[in-house]
Amino acid sequence: MTTPLPYFLDSIWLIPLFPLGTAALMLFFGRRLPNSAVSVLCVGSVLVSFVYSVGAFLQLRAWPFAALGYWPEKVLFDWVPLGAYHTDAGQLAQFTAEWGFLLDPLSAVMILVVTGVGLLIHIYSIGYMGHEGGYYRFFGYMNLFMFSMLTLVLANNLLLMFVGWEGVGLCSYLLIGFYFLRKSASDAGKKAFIVNRVGDAGFLLGIFLTAATLGTIKFTELGPAIQQMGLSVGAPALTAIGLLLFVGATGKSAQIPLYTWLPDAMEGPTPVSALIHAATMVTAGVYMVTRTNAIYQMAPEALAVVAIVGALTAFYAATMGLVQNDIKRVLAYSTISQLGYMFLACGVGAYIAGIFHLMTHAFFKALLFLAAGSVIHALSGEQDMQKMGALWNRVPVTARTMFIAALAIAGIPPLAGFFSKDEILWKTWSAGDIGQILWLLGAVTALLTAFYMFRLINLTFFGKSRVPKEVDHHVHESPAVMTVPLVVLAVLSVVGGWVGIPAALGGSNHFEHWLEPVISQPPGVHHAAALTDGAHHDPTEYVLMVVSVLLALLGIWLARYVYIRREGLAEQLAARWSGLHRLLFRKYYVDELYDALFVNRAKDLGTTLAAFDRRVIDGWGVDGSAWFTRFTSRVSIWWDTWIVDGLVNLTAWVVGVFSYPFRWLQTGRVQNYALVFALGVLILLAYYLRGIL
Amino acid sequence: MIPTSHYLYLALALFTIGVLGVLTRRNVIIILMSIELILNAVNINLVAFARHFGSVDGQIFAIFVVTAAAAEAAIGLGIIIAFFRNRETVLADEMDMLKW
Repeated sequence: MTTPLPYFLDSIWLIPLFPLGTAALMLFFGRRLPNSAVSVLCVGSVLVSFVYSVGAFLQLRAWPFAALGYWPEKVLFDWVPLGAYHTDAGQLAQFTAEWGFLLDPLSAVMILVVTGVGLLIHIYSIGYMGHEGGYYRFFGYMNLFMFSMLTLVLANNLLLMFVGWEGVGLCSYLLIGFYFLRKSASDAGKKAFIVNRVGDAGFLLGIFLTAATLGTIKFTELGPAIQQMGLSVGAPALTAIGLLLFVGATGKSAQIPLYTWLPDAMEGPTPVSALIHAATMVTAGVYMVTRTNAIYQMAPEALAVVAIVGALTAFYAATMGLVQNDIKRVLAYSTISQLGYMFLACGVGAYIAGIFHLMTHAFFKALLFLAAGSVIHALSGEQDMQKMGALWNRVPVTARTMFIAALAIAGIPPLAGFFSKDEILWKTWSAGDIGQILWLLGAVTALLTAFYMFRLINLTFFGKSRVPKEVDHHVHESPAVMTVPLVVLAVLSVVGGWVGIPAALGGSNHFEHWLEPVISQPPGVHHAAALTDGAHHDPTEYVLMVVSVLLALLGIWLARYVYIRREGLAEQLAARWSGLHRLLFRKYYVDELYDALFVNRAKDLGTTLAAFDRRVIDGWGVDGSAWFTRFTSRVSIWWDTWIVDGLVNLTAWVVGVFSYPFRWLQTGRVQNYALVFALGVLILLAYYLRGIL
Repeated sequence: MIPTSHYLYLALALFTIGVLGVLTRRNVIIILMSIELILNAVNINLVAFARHFGSVDGQIFAIFVVTAAAAEAAIGLGIIIAFFRNRETVLADEMDMLKW
């Protein structure tokens, strides 16, 4: 970096660090802190991150990109300096992964969304989690999540992004299983974690292949590296990278076929669903695809897969959302569906529209979840919409904000969802023949979206009250600490789309111009370039706009007709098409299918391996070697007893035998000795006197 | 004047009686008494030769032997009493514990 960075741009590395600090504090010492201190510290750290994000955003606006040609980057240290190696093409490359943070318009949008929405959800949680045990643990995990998510979006290379990617996965697991005493919750946590592993394996392989093919994993160097390598559009390596990275995205962002964990993730506390499973973490896949658009732009086949999977998921999840009775599960399917929209946008090359929808979706889906949480809170924990109804005036703020959010997601102008969804549909339509089929899917999904959202609204807030008596007299509006974030998010859900009003409606689409420098424009891909052209006015655009609004209105009217005007019609319809209803209600039996195909097969494998361990490893290996040791030791004992000891005893015996005759010489009787003594004297005497006598 | 050889024969007889007593008698007390006979045979020899050579040395030596014999008798009887207290016997052929 040649020019010195302004303060906030130089401090972007602090943004993830604030929540990490408080997270560590909570997880090590939180038990001893009073709830008030936990609230101040944890919400405070997110607030500081938000302030730094806003500061960085404002200073980034003044960044002279046109003159400099690069975006501010803050590299803390060289994290994985592996050194030189040869890429697949044979060039020498220098592999390194920095612990570095990149702030460009894309990550700036993301940190604003993450810290902004995150801050509101943290504030809301003070009220929502106030009576729960493990308050400090909850906020510790939440802050750890904020750290991971901010690392993910600020990372300047794929490997550091992967660190954040795994971090958010871990926090997701911890928070889904927050009520770990409930088996369904801990199971859901495990499911989320394991399903994500499948995707993460793809992501990791994608990173490896990127390093092997392009010789770099830095986002800013991907585009130049592709050009330098002379890779053409549709190069197999690039397609493979794109598909592998997308496998990672399908795991994290709950797309077909790895979406099954997200509905179960609703076992977690509602603020978690709002923050992680609606606003931020699940959009990481969209962010990643956009971040690596330099690769995807060169891999149209991969991009087509992204678009098709996105559109199918959008439609498929929406159909399941139609019949769910759990208020949070409806929202979960809605989230999967909306994420499908975002991938559809990325897949047709309209990354900016995808990110735009990501942002507006973060606002209204967070609001929907928080409002649902407020309803659940008011009903003493009831989540079944069949036991709600007629709450419009009993929880007024919640009901009105949720209504706004529902309008926004349905795509009613001029609310946020209208602009982003319409942008996606229009760009899908303009993406050629297959685009028009995908548009049809998207448009039908828009109808379904409006229907199931207003089914939820009608069942919850209108009609006759089905609230059980014992719950009924506890119904109360939530405290201000929960309703104020709702109101703020409601305002954002209304005005959030206004930054991206398309030129066709007389706006100037600031959002698109802001993000344009991030999207690479490779030679030979024309439609993306044509689409970003603000001056492009096609009458079809207006037609599509009107069609999508009409579809949304039709959905809302249908929901009102079925659930308010003609009560009981829903049950009749469900009975008439009971097979279809059951298919949707049981989620197409996909969970059962996965259980049969993968889960039970994995369990079988485990059982087989356990039997192998027991029989072969334990049986032959461990027990066998024990038997052999015992056998050889018996031989040793025999040898020692009979040969070694036998020799010793033989020696002793021989000595004993030969010494036996001498034993009786020593009688112990003094007089014997004296007699021998006397005889000896006499013999000596006789010897000396022989000459004399 | 009695010739010196007579004394020597007497001493020889006394010594032989003492040695035979030591070797044959079972009672330790009598063995002790026999030892006294041997010592006294020696004393007679010492005194006889002292007179024969006209020197007083042998007489002095005899006094020393009597002293040593007294001490020996005291110690010997003490050992016999201690042994009798343990084994209730004073017979030498039963005192055979000093073997392997």
